[in-house]
Parts: sequence; C-alpha cells; structure tokens
Amino acid sequence: MMMSRVDRGVGERGPVGFALLRVLVVATIVLGVNYVAWRWLFSLNWYAWWIAIPLVIAETYSLIDVALFGMTMWRARTRPRPPAPEAGLTVDVFITTYNEPIDMVADTARAARDIRYPHNTWILDDGARDDMRQAAAELGVGYISRGEEWKDRPLHAKAGNLNNALLATEGEFLLILDADQVPLPEILDNALGYFADPKVALVQTPQEFGNVATGDPLGSQAPLFYGPIQQGKDGWNAAFFCGSNALLRREALMQLGLTQYVREVERAVLVALRGADRVIARARRGTDANDVMVNAALDEIALAVDTARTSLKQGEPIARVTYDLQQQIDAVSHAMVSFDLHLLEMDLAAIRELDAGTGDQLDVLLDVDTTVDTLAMRQLSPLGALESVQALLRTIDVDRSDEAVPLMPLATISVTEDMATSMRLHGLGWKTVYHHELLAIGLAPEDLGTMLKQRLRWAQGTMQVMLRENPLVQRGMTWAQRLMYFSTMWSYLSGFAAVVYFTAPIVFLCFGVLPVDSNAAEFFARFLPFMIVNQLLFVVSSRGVSTWRGQQYSLALFPIWIRSVTSAVANVYFNRPLGFVVTSKTRQEGNQWGLVRVQLVLACLLVISTVIGVTRLVLGVGEPIGTLVNVAWVVFDLVVLSVLIPAARFRGFESNTQEVSA
Amino acid sequence: MEYTVKDLGGGVAVLHLDGRLNMTSAARLREAVTSTVANGHPRIAVDLANVDFMDSSGLGALISGLKTARQAGGDLRIAAPSEQVKLVLQLTNMERVLLAHERAETAFSG
Repeated sequence: MMMSRVDRGVGERGPVGFALLRVLVVATIVLGVNYVAWRWLFSLNWYAWWIAIPLVIAETYSLIDVALFGMTMWRARTRPRPPAPEAGLTVDVFITTYNEPIDMVADTARAARDIRYPHNTWILDDGARDDMRQAAAELGVGYISRGEEWKDRPLHAKAGNLNNALLATEGEFLLILDADQVPLPEILDNALGYFADPKVALVQTPQEFGNVATGDPLGSQAPLFYGPIQQGKDGWNAAFFCGSNALLRREALMQLGLTQYVREVERAVLVALRGADRVIARARRGTDANDVMVNAALDEIALAVDTARTSLKQGEPIARVTYDLQQQIDAVSHAMVSFDLHLLEMDLAAIRELDAGTGDQLDVLLDVDTTVDTLAMRQLSPLGALESVQALLRTIDVDRSDEAVPLMPLATISVTEDMATSMRLHGLGWKTVYHHELLAIGLAPEDLGTMLKQRLRWAQGTMQVMLRENPLVQRGMTWAQRLMYFSTMWSYLSGFAAVVYFTAPIVFLCFGVLPVDSNAAEFFARFLPFMIVNQLLFVVSSRGVSTWRGQQYSLALFPIWIRSVTSAVANVYFNRPLGFVVTSKTRQEGNQWGLVRVQLVLACLLVISTVIGVTRLVLGVGEPIGTLVNVAWVVFDLVVLSVLIPAARFRGFESNTQEVSA
Repeated sequence: MEYTVKDLGGGVAVLHLDGRLNMTSAARLREAVTSTVANGHPRIAVDLANVDFMDSSGLGALISGLKTARQAGGDLRIAAPSEQVKLVLQLTNMERVLLAHERAETAFSG
C-alpha cells in the first residue's frame, strides 16, 4: 500500500511543539552568546594565539550559523493546503536535458505528459540530439533546442536553456523538471492553487530520490532542507527556488528579465562611455596624424560621446541618450560618405572633360541621397575602418548584441541559476511558497565522485551569488529575507571552521598546547549547556528525521567547501573558469578512495595524535582532563569522518524487489 | 591594406591590393597610383581579388586614381572584385565607369 505522501517525514507541528522549538531557539542563542563571549573575553590563551584565535573565530562562526538556523526555525510551519486551481490556467511543463540518456528523459517526459491538469509538455534539449527529438515526437510532447541566435554567444547552461524556451512558449505558468525528476500526475492540481494569490511567483516542492540505498550512504536526501529549513524560510517569505520540481509564474520571470535587461544595458552603456576616451585615443594613435578625414571623424565621435555622457549625468533617459548618440554617429558617417562622393563627382567631372567628345557615358549618381544613405549604413560605413571605435559604439546601444536574446529572466550570474533567480524575485516584491509534499521522484548520484561534483557545483554556485549579489546589500528585500539567503551562504563557509576543529585536538595531544585558558569546571559550565541545547534544537527542529548524516557530511566534506570558496573567488574576481561539470546521472566506475585522501590522511593524523597524547599522559607530561577532553574530541571527529567509508565503498543502488500495489 | 606593383611592360602595371579598402587605406591607394603613374606606368590594372571590403572612401580613391591615370593619358581598370565591392559599385552606378575585368594581368590585353 502506498503511504500518503503528505504525511511523510516531517509532519505538522502542534502548538506545544512549536512553543518548545522557539524556547530552544532562544535558549541556544542565549547560551551560545554566553559561551562565545566568555571565550573571547576571559579564556583566550594568548600564549598560543596562533591556535586560540582561529578556534574562537571558528566558534563564533558556528554560533552565527546556529543563530541563523534558529531564526529559520522560528517560523517553520507547514502551510495549509492551497485551494484547488481554477480551470483553464495555461501551463507549460519544461524538462531540461543536456546529455542524459534518452530513455531517462523519455520516462520523465511520459510522466509529465500524463500530469492530470491540462498543460503542454516540452523537452528542452541543450544537446540538440536527433534521437531526443524523435523520442519527443513519438511521445507526443514538444521539443525545443537552441536556435541560430545562440551561435557564438554565451550559452549560460541551464538558465540559457530555460530562457530560450521561455521565449518560444506562452503558458501563464511553468513547471520546471530536471531530466530525472519524474512527476506525479497530481503535481499541478496540488500546487497550482497558490497562484490564486497574484503576488506569488514561485512554488517549490521537495526533491527526493527514488534510487537511494538503505542508510543513504551518499547523504543524497536532504530531509532537513526540504522540510523545516525551506518551511522556515517560507515563514519569512524567503523560500528558495531549487531548480527543479518548481512552478513559476511567467509574468514574474518576464518582469525579472525586463528589470535585469535595463540594469545590464545601463551598466554596459556606463562602462562603455567611461572607457570611450581611451578607445578613441588609441584609435587616434593608430592612424596617420595627417589623415584629415579620420581625425575629423574621431573628433566628431569624441564630441558625441561627451554629449551622451553629459546628458546621462543630467538624468536623461538612457533610451534617448543612446538613440541620440547613434543618430549623431550616423550623421558623422553620412557626412563622410557625402564628402567622399563629392570628391568623386569632381574627379568624374575632370575625367569627363578629358574624355570630351566620347559621349555622356559618365553620367552617374542618379540618386545621390539614396546612395549616400546606403553607403552610410552600418555595414558599409567608413567608420568600419575604426574597428575598436565601432565595437565601442555598438556597446552603447540598447540591443545587447553580445547576448543571444536580450531578455534573460533566469539569472545567469551563477552556475546555480535558481537561487539567484528567486533572490531577484524577492527583490522585486514577489512572494514564494514552499509546498511540503513529494510530487516528483528523482535520481540521485550513485557514486561518491559524482556526488562530490554535485556538492561542489551547488557550493560554487552559492558562493558566486554571494560574491556577485550579496543578499545583505540587495535593496527590495526585507532584512529577514536577506538573512535567509545569507544563512545558506554562510553555512557553505563551514570548511574553514572544520579545519580548525580538526586541528585543535591534534595540537593539544601532540604538543600540550591548549587554546582555552580556563579550568575545566568553568569551561564545561559554559560549553555543555550550549552544546546540549543546540543538539536538542536539531532534534526538535527535524521532528524525528535523522539529521546526523547531514551534520557528518557538512564537516567531513570540508575540502569541497573550501575549494568552492577559493574557486568562486578566482572565478568572480579573476575570471578563472570554475572547472564546472554537469552532474552525471549514471554511475562512474573506478576506485573512489582517492577522492577522500585528504580526509584519510586527517583520520590517520587524529589516530597518531591520540597515541602521542596518551603516551604523554602515561609519561606524566600530559594534563589528564585536557587529554580526556581532546581524546573525546578526536573520537567525535573520527565518527564524523567515518561517514565517508561506506560512501567510498558504495557500489551503486540496487532496487529492492518490493511490490507496490496502487 | 598592403599592395605590390608588378610591371607588365609597355607602360602597364598591375597593382595588387590586399586587405580592406577603406577610410584609413584610401590615401595609400591614391599615393600608390600617383607614384606608379609617375614611374611611367599610366595604364594600371588594380587587382581587387584580395580586397574583401570597400567603402565610399575606397571607391573615391579608385576614381581619383582613374582621373590621375587619364590625365597622364592612360587608364585605370579593375579586376576580380568581391561581392561586397561589386555591391558598392552597383549602388553608386560606378560599374559603368569602372568595368570589372576577370584578371588583372589581361585587363589591358583585350
């Protein structure tokens, strides 16, 4: 018998449970501040500042992290069911694919086609594969791939794929599905109703995976995120778009595309105008100083650019300024052609005189005006000779000729387009909804390597958004919304804190250096209450769903998190490529241990330092309570890291032969 | 734009042009024609096979070259224009003034 999907996992929280949750949030923050403030003010071991300072910073990081988590939980409630959607809404269902197996996409497309509420289904094939097109035709669903306009222009991966399809379709609402997310027939009936509120732009539903082995060795399921965390963000009107299994309002995306278009154009024009003098000066150096024509043209262009700059500064609309500028440039081009043709006429007259008597064969230029117009057009204009200048002038226009389509509703600033998009939607005042009901079943990576790549991509994307559009300084969002986005970004910085947490016990056990300057009783009196309440908060927040695996991974994958930060910084500030790869849905073969060698080395160091610490204790050099605490710490670290052993040994999912009767 | 001059004898020279014949290169073409004429070659065949673009300035330079050649009692003929060059000639009706020959080497042997 199939379990009701609505009641699974994290259920409804009663009023008592909710009150308890809020008490725990307050208690955690109060006890946390009590501990960390004491650590900063009264227990720093300045003699070992090189480990004491990093440790107290890591602890402060963790306190902020848990405070943001507490703020999220403050409003973590299950929404009441939405009304049934009215009939007659138009919906496009998009299935995005790049290189996934045709059969897998076809399975998803078939299920999408069979969604009950009337809709159109489209396969968005970024691989432009003929057999995919054929499969779509056989299933009776639409097929969209990139057109000519994308050639030689930035593709923007999945965001570009969706933007391309948005311009080719017309439904009021969109359901976006990854190639491996098989939707249930009721997905639209159950989630479309939220759009009765005209301010709702997005409904995100959970992502769960059907191919996860018992115990979830790769930590694929995210019950805490697609549960209390998204519900808590939703409570602050900050539920995130997660790329798949989400419904979107076309009008909101289009508004986003338009606002973004204006912003991009303004930025491009301002940058181009700012750099114009340099480009013109360089063009001047490149031409013969005696070339009167060229220098006169450059003078005119410099003047036109200057006028444009002044008008913009005086608040003239960008459309008029760029139009006026292009008109002036056209006039320059026109004047040059007229001048050329005038000289040409005189030459012809001279030739005609020489040939006097041979007839009227040189009667040319029948229609001077049209001829001048044609020769002054962009493709034929004499200004074409000044290539850099002409490239500059092209930028100072509103047609965004550097992009395939001027409107890019889905954000292209990050490899994870989803988070940036919902952040911008919130910035424009739209509402988002998290609908806590499983309405599509996906496929998770089946090996450690693929899983690590996927995690790295998510983390890199999040970091790109943080560095390019830091939520804390985005206008239009409430402070709560800003903090909800910031919270997720903040949690991806945990790799640095983890290094400190792994290093501190090694330092003590090997060298007897203690970063905390206090007696044991005082330390425990402040640390233990915080730690216990903190763990209680996790237990109550997740309502019985185990979050331990998630906690283990958030520490154990520290090399991935660190790499995501360093590569995103290199990408955003130094234009280095991210080394980005599309997550593979099929298993990669081969030995997986090399992928976690940093953690393996670390585990060895922890064991060795324990041996050293115990030896020091036996020899009477080590301090007993400190050694005990640090050995316990090492054991905790090793238990955390142990999550990687079954993960590296995991050899793929084999479906249990269980009968499911409908 | 680069150019080379080839002497065919009998006052005939071929001017091979390479590049774009536009505002910035027009002056150079004018000088090239003038000096070729001054060196005793009033009959010039301009080879446009390697000219992929010409604007009004470039056209002006060709006509000015024609004048120079005619004033010296010679002529200027063009050969192997590209589609774009042909378009500009058509637009200005200059195709009737500058007849396009197939090959520069044979422009004066017909």
